[in-house]
This record gives sequence, C-alpha cells and structure tokens, in this order.
Amino acid sequence: MAKIVVDEERCKGCELCIPACPKHIMVMSKKFNKKGYYPAKQVKPEECTGCAFCAMVCPDIAIEVFK
Amino acid sequence: MKKVFGRPKSLTKDPFTYCPGCHHGIAHRLVAEVLDEFGIREKTIGISPVGCAVFTYAFFDCDMICAAHGRAPSVATGMKRSKPDSIVFTYQGDGDLAAIGMGEIVHTANRGESITVIFINNAIYGMTGGQMAPTTLVGQVTQTSPYGRDPKTMGYPIKVAEMLSTLKGVAYISRVALSKPAYVLKAKKAIRKAFQSQIEGKGFSLVEILSTCPTNWGLSPIEASKWLEENMIPYYPLGEFKTPEEVS
Repeated sequence: MAKIVVDEERCKGCELCIPACPKHIMVMSKKFNKKGYYPAKQVKPEECTGCAFCAMVCPDIAIEVFK
Repeated sequence: MKKVFGRPKSLTKDPFTYCPGCHHGIAHRLVAEVLDEFGIREKTIGISPVGCAVFTYAFFDCDMICAAHGRAPSVATGMKRSKPDSIVFTYQGDGDLAAIGMGEIVHTANRGESITVIFINNAIYGMTGGQMAPTTLVGQVTQTSPYGRDPKTMGYPIKVAEMLSTLKGVAYISRVALSKPAYVLKAKKAIRKAFQSQIEGKGFSLVEILSTCPTNWGLSPIEASKWLEENMIPYYPLGEFKTPEEVS
C-alpha cells in the first residue's frame, strides 16, 4: 500500500511526472491553482507502488510519497 | 504509513523561483539530501552564483554567500582557507562558470582547493534571456546565434569536465543528467562522492549536471528532456572522469 500527496500550490504543471510514472497514473488536473498552473494529480491510487519516480523528477518537490 | 520521500531538511520552505520543468530544482534537492545524509548542514557554506540560481541563498538552509559573476570558486577558496573545518560548495551555471568565471574555476581546480563545485550545464544563458553560452552546441539556435552556432566564428562547445580532469589538483569529476529517474539516482551518487572527497580532504571535486532550459530552448519540459538526451548527451558523455581510488 502506497500513496502520494501532490502539493497543488507548489506544482507548476511541467508534466515531467507523467512520463516518469511506470504505471501511467499521473495526469494533469482540469482546474488551475493560485498561480494559474494546472497541477498534476494521480488517478487510480490503488495502482501506485510508491516507487517515487514522479517525486524524483519533480523540480519543485511538490510530491511526497508514503509507504 | 511512513513518509519515504519528501522535502530535505537542508532546504527552506520557500518555493523555487525557476520556470516550470527547469532541472535546477532537482539539483537543489539532491545537494540538500546529501547535506542531510552526511549531517554536515551546520558546517556547510554554499556560494551562490549570478544567473537563474542567484536565489540559491534563499533556498538552502545553510550559510550562504552570493559571489560576483563567475567568482564563486575564489570566494569558496577564501572561506575554505579561513575555516578549514567547514564544507564549502559552489553552485554555478555555464554562463557563470564556463564564460566569465573560466579563469577562476581553472585555477581553483589546479590549486586543488578542497571545495565541491556543482556545475549546471544547460547550453544557454538562462536568466539573461537565452544568449549563446560557451557550452552551446554546434548549430544550436540562440538569441545571439540566430542561424545556429557556427564553429568558424564562434568556436566549439567547451567540455568542462574533461578539460578540468586533466589537472593534477582535481580529486573527483563526473558528468550526470537529470532527465529521467535512473539518471537522477546516478546524479545523487555522484554528488555524494564529490562531497565525500571534500570531507576526506582529497582535493577539488566537481559534478557537471546536464540540465534543461525549456523556456529559452523554446520547448515544453518533456520535449526539452528528450532534446537533452538526443543532442547533449552524445556530445557531453555521462560518466566519471576522475576519481580518487578511496572514493570510487
């Protein structure tokens, strides 16, 4: 069991986490944050393995991983 | 559930001021994680450059000095010599280290000053608006090389890691990238080794980090990572160029 938490206000919507995720469960949110970026979010959280690849390539350290 | 990945303690809570997708943030995190792991934050002095990373002093939660353009290795030399027990690192871009600061970095490396240099190579001047840097690739279009870099009049891109590895005072030099998770893990190891060389007093250490500049390259962050892998890595091969036996 693993989960990630995306800090929506830190995320700048660069999308680098999307190709990094081996399970392809990262997508961009449809509503924008205070800065005007579309933040990343996770779909199908039950498939997350907690590999932290998304967090590793995140330039804004907006993703925390729990296991 | 336990947190297995989060913000390192050696970074402040300030959000980074970099453009979306810029690799500076990843490099900051790796350096901060290494400071945390060695437990050296309280005795570390960082030197920030002039360039996009000038605000590095606000992001690292350790003592920081902002040096004049390109002069970070000289400031670091002074700090290390006056406080030999401290851990001193500089964080410089290619416009800072490879252009105006080329003299400083070469002589600091040649003297074998026991400092660690984090060198971000994104093949362009970022903060000033995308001008040609000494590391700009042949044929690369920038604001000041609108028809592509022509080596006949503009010279060839400088391979800093290879050049400095020929100097005797250098202990550790490697080149890494940050465009995918596997590279990020390798980059962390390289930065660890660089700081370890300094802690053990082996001499000068430098890690050249190939980084993207999506804004000035005119690409999306994902396209920029791809461009880096297809164009920069063939010219700037990754790997270790010099290691002291005890650190490798």
